[in-house]
Amino acid sequence: MKKPKPSAWKSAGTGLAILLVLVVYAYGFEITKIDLEELRSEQRQLSITRVLRALARPEIVDYEREEQTVVAPVYVGCPADGTMPQVPVVETSGPYLSVIPTCAESGELVEVEGFGFFPRSTGPVRFVPGNDPANPVQLGRDTITTDADGNFRLQLELPDRPSDESQYIRATIRRNVGSPRFTQNARNTWDKIVETVFLALLATTIGTALAIPISFLAARNLMKSVRSPLAGVALSILGWVAGMGLGVLVIGQIAGLSKLLAATPLVNVAGVALSPAVLWLLARWAMPAEETKAPSRAMRLARAVSLLLAAALGFLALLQLAELTATASLAILPALGSFGFLASFLFQVSDILRVSTPLVAALVSGGVLGSMLGGIGQLATERGSNAAAKVINVVTTAAAGAALLGILGWVIEALYQIGRPGLTLWWPLGIGAALGAGLAAALPAKATLPVGLVIYTITRTILNSLRSVEALLMAVVFAIAVGIGPFAGVMALGLHTIVSLAKLYSEQVESILPGPLEAVNATGADRLQTIMYAVVPQIVPPYISYTMYRWDINVRMSTIIGMVGGGGIGFLLLQNLNLLQYRAASTQMIAIAVVVSAMDYLSSVMREKYV
Amino acid sequence: MLKIENLTKIYQPGNVLALDNVSFEVPDGQFLAVIGLSGSGKSTLLRCINRLIEPTSGRILLDGEDITAVNQEQMRRIRRRMGMVFQHFNLVSRSSVLTNVLAGRLGYVNPAWSLLNRFPKDDVEKAYRQLERVGIADKAAQRADALSGGQQQRVGIARALMQDPTLILADEPVASLDPVLAHSIMKYLEDINEQDGVTVLCSLHFLDIVHRYADRVIALNEGRLVFEGAPSEIDDRKFKEIYGRDAERVG
Repeated sequence: MKKPKPSAWKSAGTGLAILLVLVVYAYGFEITKIDLEELRSEQRQLSITRVLRALARPEIVDYEREEQTVVAPVYVGCPADGTMPQVPVVETSGPYLSVIPTCAESGELVEVEGFGFFPRSTGPVRFVPGNDPANPVQLGRDTITTDADGNFRLQLELPDRPSDESQYIRATIRRNVGSPRFTQNARNTWDKIVETVFLALLATTIGTALAIPISFLAARNLMKSVRSPLAGVALSILGWVAGMGLGVLVIGQIAGLSKLLAATPLVNVAGVALSPAVLWLLARWAMPAEETKAPSRAMRLARAVSLLLAAALGFLALLQLAELTATASLAILPALGSFGFLASFLFQVSDILRVSTPLVAALVSGGVLGSMLGGIGQLATERGSNAAAKVINVVTTAAAGAALLGILGWVIEALYQIGRPGLTLWWPLGIGAALGAGLAAALPAKATLPVGLVIYTITRTILNSLRSVEALLMAVVFAIAVGIGPFAGVMALGLHTIVSLAKLYSEQVESILPGPLEAVNATGADRLQTIMYAVVPQIVPPYISYTMYRWDINVRMSTIIGMVGGGGIGFLLLQNLNLLQYRAASTQMIAIAVVVSAMDYLSSVMREKYV
Repeated sequence: MLKIENLTKIYQPGNVLALDNVSFEVPDGQFLAVIGLSGSGKSTLLRCINRLIEPTSGRILLDGEDITAVNQEQMRRIRRRMGMVFQHFNLVSRSSVLTNVLAGRLGYVNPAWSLLNRFPKDDVEKAYRQLERVGIADKAAQRADALSGGQQQRVGIARALMQDPTLILADEPVASLDPVLAHSIMKYLEDINEQDGVTVLCSLHFLDIVHRYADRVIALNEGRLVFEGAPSEIDDRKFKEIYGRDAERVG
């Protein structure tokens, strides 16, 4: 077959494209200031050699040193009568110096010989002025090395310091003794590299734990089937808002009670010991393992009440546990000695419990009330007539819209401090109610809305926008929020881990086999059960794999996050670079290289083993 | 008694008509085979009955209750009495055989406890009994994907049995198995049908299997019900009607 002749237009187009690429690159060179002349300049070459040499000799170990210092008198300017000045007879049992001649004019050469010094050691030979012994004068090439017998010989030019007084030549020979020991820099590097590894560890584990539930919200295949009528959505939103407020209020009361109880240690211990058993009994009664018939209404109410009780008791128990841990850790701290960090850890854990319990309580009560009211809304829509559903929709959606925009107004007030309730409270409430009512009026009364997809879209958007913020920038913000140090680094890396892992995880959830999902669903399992039994087993291997991958990234990030105040080795490295202490910086670079490659290797081994 | 009335399913997007006004009845305890070409709507029909697929219109009456009208919570209670067996077994391959079987109990147990992987002792014993019944009790601790195809399908049947079903929907249960294994699996379904009195709706490809196991047959062609009757009534003319002019009998 004959090859078709390329058209002239096509050839011209190709030529033009090549030309365009050349122009782009030329402009790129201009913009990025590519200039090899710089490389050739002698000064640059000198500096780079110096830096490279320093980097090649990391400051890791040094030695204990001992030194021998011996002086010998010398006269600059011989006496006018021409006689040689007398010098005391030197002691020859130790190291000694001889200077010949004992006097000479400035600029003349004298021969300095040393005997009996440390063999094969080095040190300076200096001229010590008689009137200013604190400031010895450097004399040209003055560092000498002794031979195998500990002797040396060199010629020195006397400085321009004429004096009638006796002046001195001083030799100081040093040698290393004992075994090498780590420098302060090496020890600092060790401390910081340990901090770096733990920073990465905490950020990865915390980030992973939070990314897993979020990833389900960002998985299309799980969220697609979540639908609810408008009244259900609106009541659910109201339930969340009211529930969270209620949760905070109630937990405040419980916290007060907990403080009161914890004041007596015995009551505190008893509370912590007994509450799990009570909780277990309550939970077992309120949640029977299996029931074949639907329970009666009274029974369900009783169970709901006892579950509420159990929840309140549970939070009380958590707070009591926090109090107990705090007391105990403070008590054992002095006794632990160098293992005091264990007690501090306990104390911090108790503090985390104390701080996070209200948050968890708010979320739990929000979730419970939200899903309960949502269910009621759904039921009302199903049971009621079209007109009734419409009325319910309008009322609840107006309230939900008012609540949402009200919160928005409150946030704006908090951020910008406008101070005009008309603008930040009443208007948002009114607009929200109007929007809600309008929406309800526009939608068919009994339509089910794709709530799942809305949540999915919102989650995805938040994840994508947060993911585009570099962890380094987050660290800057957190360094302001919690102070410079590794804690800020953990928060920044943790947050970045959450958003990036949640994205990767959710893509894995989206690519699971639908068959098992369908099968578990067909047994009558509810949504959570389906996730637990059909989704989770399928995503364990990729989750582990991605977590390892993230761990690698976090180790690398944690080595530089210190540069912006996030703790870890980065700060030390940056400091040494800025102080031009390249030998010290080299130590940190080596530490980073070792740790990163070791963690890389470790994670690849684990990935092979478990995935 | 299961009664299907004017069941229609149109897939969106694309307006694909998968079921076209299908009506039939299944008396309790019957073994009903559903035949037809691939894409004729067999799977859609079975999945509409337990509402894994929402029907577009029509009613499905189970003992007089219209299950297309109930809400999700009620559907959960109805679904747990309908076992389902799948062509590709649909086991969770990384979970143990026992866990896969216990999953059949999820509609009964309390969600909170099952999330912690805690099943009542009775259920665990029951799971072992079902595995014994299908002859693979010794595989209980193995991972599901370590089993052969035939064994996996038996796990699938044990899972369906865990539901104490009154109805089993079997979607081509032997289509992806070695033909010589087909009868062993069909015998379990037959046994469940005859011993336990469970109604079975089973979509099938091979007519010889239909002849051997089914009490009654319905045939679908492009979503329409084209035949309803005893297996022996399928003569050559009916066969061409169901499978199209180019089809030829095998086996």
